[in-house]
Amino acid sequence: MGNNKMKKPFGGIVLDSSFRIIIPFTLVYGIYILTHGEYSPGGGFQAGALLAVGIVLVRLIQGADKESFNITGAKAIVCAGVGTFIYAATGWLTLAGGGKFLDYTFLPVPMHHWGELHALGILMIEIGVTVCVMMTIIDIMDAIIERLDADEDEEVDDCER
Amino acid sequence: MGKVLSTILMAVVTVLFCFCTVFLPPIGDVNSAPNQHVTPHYIEHAKEDTGSPNIVTATLADYRGFDTLWETSVMFVSGLTACLILMVNTEEGKKVLKKDKKGGAKNGQ
Repeated sequence: MGNNKMKKPFGGIVLDSSFRIIIPFTLVYGIYILTHGEYSPGGGFQAGALLAVGIVLVRLIQGADKESFNITGAKAIVCAGVGTFIYAATGWLTLAGGGKFLDYTFLPVPMHHWGELHALGILMIEIGVTVCVMMTIIDIMDAIIERLDADEDEEVDDCER
Repeated sequence: MGKVLSTILMAVVTVLFCFCTVFLPPIGDVNSAPNQHVTPHYIEHAKEDTGSPNIVTATLADYRGFDTLWETSVMFVSGLTACLILMVNTEEGKKVLKKDKKGGAKNGQ
């Protein structure tokens, strides 16, 4: 392994102090977009993009070796699959409750009003979409960094010969 | 050979898709098939059918939930494919794809 430029912290005093304000705001805003998606513009895809931006920024500024907020390669791919599974599992839950696939009125959860069941179902599938989008973006970012490092190593080796 | 074949296939499919867009109704055409009954039904009944005040969410997540499920799956698979393509020549990728011998011989020359 050579000089992993993209994995080193990008830092400096300005970035280090400003990301402490920007990152929590981005993450909280992502969660807000996710949970409020039923009532306002937004939803799973946008929330996933925001959360992924938060984590990618942390990685660029703090470096890939710091453990905080870090999720890499294979774990990210598995989590993206888990997100898709949460979505499909919601559909199977409604099947188990006696309804059609993704017919949220039949979710096997005790609730007073069918509107609450629909809200719960929409929230569940949007959590699935969010996890999938977020992990896919992190995953692609990770693969691009790996590839850049590998190509740089090859160039360095060629020059040494 | 495989690359030439796949390029020809992609070109043919792209031309077919572009050709098919000619037959789509223009955007906002009130006489097109979906605007005759589906769109008015969704606009009028979204609140009472789904309980969601947001028509976009009601359509995306409730009426068309099955569509969004496969949309999510397509995104997962495309991300996975991008990662596999990018990983081909990296250290980790060689471990995964078991091309250790090939890569070692290539680097040794």
